[in-house]
Amino acid sequence: MDVEKIRGDFPILKRKINNKPLVFLDSASTSQKPQQVIDAIKNYYENHNANPHRSIYTLCDEATQIYEKSRGKVSKFINAKKDEEIVFVRNTNEAMNIVAYSYAMNNLKEGDEILLTIMEHHANIVPWQMLQKKGVKLKFIDINDDGTLKMDTINDMITKNTKIVSVVHKSNVLGTINHVKEIGKIAHDNGSLFVVDGAQSVPHMPVDVKDIDCDFLAFSGHKMLAPMNIGVLYGKKEILEKMEPFMRGSDMIKEVQLTESVWNDSPWKFEAGTPNVEGAIGLSEAIDYLKGVGLDNISGYEEKLTEYALEKLNGISGVKLVSPGNAKLRNGVISFNIGGVHSHDIAYILDEFGVAIRSGHMCAQPLLRRFGFQSVARASFYLYNAKEEIDTFVEGLEKVKKVFGK
Amino acid sequence: MSLEMYQEQIIERYRNPVNIGTVENPDATAKDYNPSCGDDVEIQIKFDNDVIRDIKFQGHGCAISQSSTDLLMDLVKKKNVKETQNITKEMFLEKVGIPFSPLRLKCALLGFKVFKLALYSYLGK
Repeated sequence: MDVEKIRGDFPILKRKINNKPLVFLDSASTSQKPQQVIDAIKNYYENHNANPHRSIYTLCDEATQIYEKSRGKVSKFINAKKDEEIVFVRNTNEAMNIVAYSYAMNNLKEGDEILLTIMEHHANIVPWQMLQKKGVKLKFIDINDDGTLKMDTINDMITKNTKIVSVVHKSNVLGTINHVKEIGKIAHDNGSLFVVDGAQSVPHMPVDVKDIDCDFLAFSGHKMLAPMNIGVLYGKKEILEKMEPFMRGSDMIKEVQLTESVWNDSPWKFEAGTPNVEGAIGLSEAIDYLKGVGLDNISGYEEKLTEYALEKLNGISGVKLVSPGNAKLRNGVISFNIGGVHSHDIAYILDEFGVAIRSGHMCAQPLLRRFGFQSVARASFYLYNAKEEIDTFVEGLEKVKKVFGK
Repeated sequence: MSLEMYQEQIIERYRNPVNIGTVENPDATAKDYNPSCGDDVEIQIKFDNDVIRDIKFQGHGCAISQSSTDLLMDLVKKKNVKETQNITKEMFLEKVGIPFSPLRLKCALLGFKVFKLALYSYLGK
């Protein structure tokens, strides 16, 4: 993997922040975009823009082709059986809401249970909380201190009432990769629907929905080199077909009468209104880019960076990792604190060095509480990060300690 | 933007806040969060003939949000409700005397916002 060449593809990496070269260590929040993706979007607007699925003129036909070809690209990328199993959404959060509103609200009843984990992002907790008003109970699988899921407790927690099991593939705070294939088997043996939050996994490692055998997989384009506001809900065709639409209006119908309508086929019945064609083409280009580098290469490289960073961090007194562990457990995501210094102050001082990291509750408050934190700082890596950038990051952390007299 | 923000006063107040705690039988209590970072501040006030007799805060958050809340207490303690009502955020920030970046203004003003909420709840009584 030629990191120098990759870095050259990302124009923003030439940016200076506070007169220092940008060191972007917040890819778990959102990724930067390569020139190829930016050019694809520019080319779309310069040459092909029209509202897809609407008319029969040339541009409209081109926009429709671009949009639907992108769907096919995504479908192959995650090894779906059919392109129609790919619903374009805004992001993982919206995808989870479709499952919660269109599937769960219509199929679950009082006494049913939804099994989640304590390490979920808010996007995989808050939508399910809505089900509680129907008398549905939420249960949470706990984790070990090394950030791995307590797999041995799942069989005790899953019951005949468990209708949905929804699990994050890779934790945005811990970097832990969950054994989703194994969890999926337990869920399906129990007759439960199996949902996977792939927001952090799909951008960084090969993900195969046939292999995992999940019923739904949700992920966001912006974390994988594509623009914001394009995301994916993968759903098994037979399940999507039986579901009610989420948003209603134009393009998601076959026929509209004054008081009733006939829904379009899936996935289009879930895509009301003018879609995000620039997002879809951006995502398609991003997938080409990631495939070109190779997802295995990317995850391997991130592991190396993580190993290097962990070694450096272990050498700084006062730095406390949210969850200890080696690079194989952390997978490019390192959450930490410095005793007596709030994560916001860490992030602010690092910014002086041009270093961008996340601070705050990571949209995973239950998980942070589990470890006794209210907020943490997080450095996360991607294919365009260089080893030297970790040195700058560490230099910044030494300054943090100095400012706070540690 | 610079580290000028982290003046000794801020760091010192962050480490050793003067006005932290609770007041007995408060006449007004308010709490708010900064949703982007999860910081929180709760303020309790005891009045005596519309004069702030005692005011304390509790909270979790960054050096800026916590120390500026602590400094605010110094500013309003022993003052009449009317007087404190007239304190604008600009006046408060001038008093703190630190050039906050736009993003950190939210941190710097969290305590101020909660204080105003507490004041309104008292006046609404």
